Amino acid sequence: MSYADTAAVAINPRARRRRLLRKRFLRRPLAVVGLLAALAFIGAAVFAPVVAPYSASATDFNATLAPAFTPHHILGTDELGRDVLSRIIWGSRASIQAGVLATLLAMVIAVPIGLVAGYYRGWIDPVIARLTDVLLAFPFLIVAVGLAAILGPSLTNATLALGIGAAPGLIRIARGEALALREEDYVRAAVANGASDPAILARHIFPNMLSTLIVQATVTIPGAIIGEAVLSFLGLGVQPPTPSWGVMLADAQSYLSQAPRLALYPGIAIFACSLSFNLLGDGLRDVLDPRTTR
Amino acid sequence: MGGFLLRKVGAALIVLILASMLVFAGVRAIPGDPAIALGAENRDPAVLSAIRHKYGLDKPLPVQYVNWLSLAVRGDLGTDERELSVSRTIVQRLPITLELAFLAIVIGTVIGIGAGILAAVRHGKPSDYASTTLALVGLSVPHFWLGIVMIIYFAVTLHWLPAGGYIPFTHNPVQNLEHMLMPAIVLGTGLSAVLMRQMRSSMLASLGADYVRTARAKGLSEWSVVGKHAVRNSLITVTTVVGLQLGALISGAVITEQIFVIPGFGRLTIDAVNQRDYALLQGVVLVAAAGYVVVNLLVDVAYSLLNPRIRVSGSG
Repeated sequence: MSYADTAAVAINPRARRRRLLRKRFLRRPLAVVGLLAALAFIGAAVFAPVVAPYSASATDFNATLAPAFTPHHILGTDELGRDVLSRIIWGSRASIQAGVLATLLAMVIAVPIGLVAGYYRGWIDPVIARLTDVLLAFPFLIVAVGLAAILGPSLTNATLALGIGAAPGLIRIARGEALALREEDYVRAAVANGASDPAILARHIFPNMLSTLIVQATVTIPGAIIGEAVLSFLGLGVQPPTPSWGVMLADAQSYLSQAPRLALYPGIAIFACSLSFNLLGDGLRDVLDPRTTR
Repeated sequence: MGGFLLRKVGAALIVLILASMLVFAGVRAIPGDPAIALGAENRDPAVLSAIRHKYGLDKPLPVQYVNWLSLAVRGDLGTDERELSVSRTIVQRLPITLELAFLAIVIGTVIGIGAGILAAVRHGKPSDYASTTLALVGLSVPHFWLGIVMIIYFAVTLHWLPAGGYIPFTHNPVQNLEHMLMPAIVLGTGLSAVLMRQMRSSMLASLGADYVRTARAKGLSEWSVVGKHAVRNSLITVTTVVGLQLGALISGAVITEQIFVIPGFGRLTIDAVNQRDYALLQGVVLVAAAGYVVVNLLVDVAYSLLNPRIRVSGSG
């Protein structure tokens, strides 16, 4: 970016920064591909009734286990004659819902706790650190398995488990950011001005850690998407006949020799969906958070 | 060093106690009266209260917790629904999972650290891009699906390897490894992607550090600069990552054992949930959490031995 460029848009520094970031982002082809693919998956989930050729449970007993590229069924049908493409499109709802909501839940839990621990320090910081260690001591699948046992298996409970499982890592990140930001000059200036702690946290610390949080959220989503698939595969998440990529893979296990493609397509969908969010996250990290290398 | 060690052990103990409380409370939160479950068909109030008395269920919760914990630290995790010792079942299943985890860590570290070093040394060259892309693919691919795909090609189509099952090493080492190969690869690739990224970034930091410049200025060969200085220092950082990945490894073992029908610790967890066997579930979760805490304590101690700066500045 040349000086002439900067001068032309220098009136509003925020707009200028946004323009600069957009320009940097658009220069990364993989990040743009990731963004478009992620949007496509979200679009498929939201508009499934419009996009999917059939309903997820429509059976056609005259065309069971039809191979791919059969007329009317591009990806073929499963053992009950249900259209595989339609089920993958409908299944994206569970994945996107679990991925996005679990990440939001983790953020809602983690950010306030991390902020308090990092900003106030004192006795509260080690207490939160130990509690985080306790949560980290339970592998996420064990937490999910335990929650499914207590609350019963469902998409909501799986999302809950994934959100709780992702929280401890995010608490550590939010704490680290708050710890670094509280030493910044503008925070000291606000303290000297007599600003209250909530005001400092809300107006100075939180907005400045937002870019880190956005990057973290983008890389938490693919983990939660795979997590939902794992839980549904194990019977601890989405319950049939509701379509989910994990449920489809579990069903496909009985037909590995007759129709291996039934196990291929849902897996490719999970892979593509989580890859698109990972590409987007890597791109955002390069643009928003140039300090960290990967 | 003594003070540091004491602080670390103390913190780990606190975490263990809190974790055990959480496990205890979690199992008590499950709806349903355990006495009715233990009494099977018998709903006679006298029988139920006798059962409550026998298992200490009539005592206040804190008393029950202390009783349970004092038995647990002595290795007695109670009996499951089939009246079998939970501890014994876990001890039988655990070695299978430990073998799987060991093989996966070997595969994961060899591939991950190798690719990380390669990518850092060839920074910006095609082999760097190739390994970075592979790591991204490794992070995005659902590993249990990779397992299913491997079963389709190597077991169902090519008949090279068995699709699942388990043969003890002592019965037949070759067959044991044949059965373990695919599961270990599935579990190891996930680890290798994380390690590759970590190794690459810490190698890049090392290669830019002053001591590496000094080593080069002394006229050391590139081989010894990379091997003796950069790699050694990066390995220290990566050690902690392996410890932190243990949780992912346990989760991974659960699903891998499910796909490859391996009767290990992970499969035991799923069986405990499916059979609503809460005594078993409680024991399994407690052992998993304790294992995680203890391994990370060992990693912390090993790390501080390798890197004395931590002992001085680390606050806990």
